[in-house]
Amino acid sequence: MKLVRLQNSTVPAWPAFGRLTDLRDEIDRLFDSTFGDFARLPSVFSGWTPAVDLIETKDNVVVRAELPGMKREDIEVTLHEGALNIAGERKSDRKVEEGGLHRSERFFGRFQRTISLPAPVAADKVKADYKDGILTVTLPKTEEAKPKQIDVSVS
Amino acid sequence: MNTTLQKTNPETAARPERKEYVLPEVNIFENRDGYVLEAEMPGVNKEGLEVLLEGHELTIVGHRRHAPLEGEVIFRESHAADFRRVFELDPAIDTGRISASMTQGVLTLTLPKSERVKPRKITVTE
Repeated sequence: MKLVRLQNSTVPAWPAFGRLTDLRDEIDRLFDSTFGDFARLPSVFSGWTPAVDLIETKDNVVVRAELPGMKREDIEVTLHEGALNIAGERKSDRKVEEGGLHRSERFFGRFQRTISLPAPVAADKVKADYKDGILTVTLPKTEEAKPKQIDVSVS
Repeated sequence: MNTTLQKTNPETAARPERKEYVLPEVNIFENRDGYVLEAEMPGVNKEGLEVLLEGHELTIVGHRRHAPLEGEVIFRESHAADFRRVFELDPAIDTGRISASMTQGVLTLTLPKSERVKPRKITVTE
């Protein structure tokens, strides 16, 4: 996992979008955060760390995550104190006969990534799109965070 | 192990050019009727998919849809390279009836066994 610089943000304390979690989800989260990066070591735990790209444009912060084979309703995107949290559960509904599994490289189960955002964003204007197994979250920067061009008249 | 699907050595597999590829993660299941192969290829849609069959060698190639990356890349963990993987098929597979579907970056290949190799229940008559 890569670290990006932390910055105080003007995002409200609780996400303006997302959903309320039930108890089960909350317990899973606690479990995830207890183990933290330790749980991401594939040699110790078999887990899933989806690849994430973080891009900053003039107007937006864009986060892209590779999440192949998910259902939209199983992806949870939340924003909290300047950090974007992408979590979810990949489920398999395939029934496997005994001795019928020849290769098993895909991960099924819960995953979570938290990405510190490089600029304050307008929480109410965040958009998420899921296509071809890639989640793209577009977070518009707040007006204050956008680069400004100031015309200085030279006399 | 000629009854299972096996990956051939990528070094010996015929390559049109020396190009870097990412190996997609796969699950392979077998049941009475055939095999099912699932391959993870995020960023690949139906148009970017190639399934090639030469004899009993199956090659899957996934070309990523290149979304323009404008702006400053703060960090990037995703690969730009396309996906490719080669499999040696069980000779019992009826290669004429292989079908493929692509859903949210996961390729599902259905590889039915030919009728003659399927286990058949024989009713004993008096």
